[in-house]
Amino acid sequence: MTNQMNSGNERVDLAYRRRKNAEEMRHQVIAFVLMILLTLIAFAAVGYEEFSHWFVIPFILLLAGVQVAFQLYYFMHMSHKGHEFPALFIYGGVLVMLVLVWAFSTIVWW
Amino acid sequence: MHVEEKLTPETFPAAPERATLEGKNKFLGFWLFLGGETVLFASLFATYLALKDKTNGGPSGEELFQMPIVFMATMLLLTSSLTSVYAIYHMKNFDFQKMQLWFGITVLLGAGFLALEIYEFYEYVHEGHKFTSSAFGSAFYTLVGTHGAHVAFGLLWILTLMIRNAKRGLNLYNAPKFYVASLYWHFIDVVWVFIFTVVYLMGMVG
Repeated sequence: MTNQMNSGNERVDLAYRRRKNAEEMRHQVIAFVLMILLTLIAFAAVGYEEFSHWFVIPFILLLAGVQVAFQLYYFMHMSHKGHEFPALFIYGGVLVMLVLVWAFSTIVWW
Repeated sequence: MHVEEKLTPETFPAAPERATLEGKNKFLGFWLFLGGETVLFASLFATYLALKDKTNGGPSGEELFQMPIVFMATMLLLTSSLTSVYAIYHMKNFDFQKMQLWFGITVLLGAGFLALEIYEFYEYVHEGHKFTSSAFGSAFYTLVGTHGAHVAFGLLWILTLMIRNAKRGLNLYNAPKFYVASLYWHFIDVVWVFIFTVVYLMGMVG
């Protein structure tokens, strides 16, 4: 108990914080439902064989991009404050990915 | 804030993963690691895209890939991502038991995913799709297998954390560890979204 007397933690209104956490959790459940929906649409678009692959491939890549954004910004909390460096690291990695995919799909031919 | 301070729900900080210097360092370092992981998987995806049509007379992706099993694996992993969000939600509310419970569900779902993947690889090998049978085979097993190895590692990691801290309860020493493990688990799901799209769905389109 003596520890708590010297604690630097601010004693916040517990009910308020619980409510805030619950609200964030609700947003994450909504993000999850949307992610499931995007997945279903992607599988359905491929399963429905009438579409030309010139349409289906960019379409499902777009859905994947949106779903990953939900994952990063909601599930991994990148929408919160103090995530400038995480964003820098991830977008740095994405930049390398674009260059690599572009390079490999043009120079490898055998 | 001292790491081993005994906390109550009132004194537990709102962002326990970054309340200590060690936690802040773990957080930053782990995101840097995830940037590196992005580059690792980027190189494997680029290699796969370059070699996916070089089947050397063996079966192609269009002939091999089965939608139901990929769909089931996707649902398992996606749901496990949500259950680990629940675990962190309970961590922030200083409810150790519920956090453990949700991490436990996450581990079960992840194990289900891994079992499906092993079964799938087993089937492919029987159909003549092996690591050494073609450039397509090598690129496929390296990409999907590296992801599977990450799933296996993530499962062991979360399980180890759960067992090691079972009697310790939640404090500012282990909260960053749980948080970072959940980030890793989400990242595995991020990679899987691209695998099911680029490898399986695009493979089935032909």
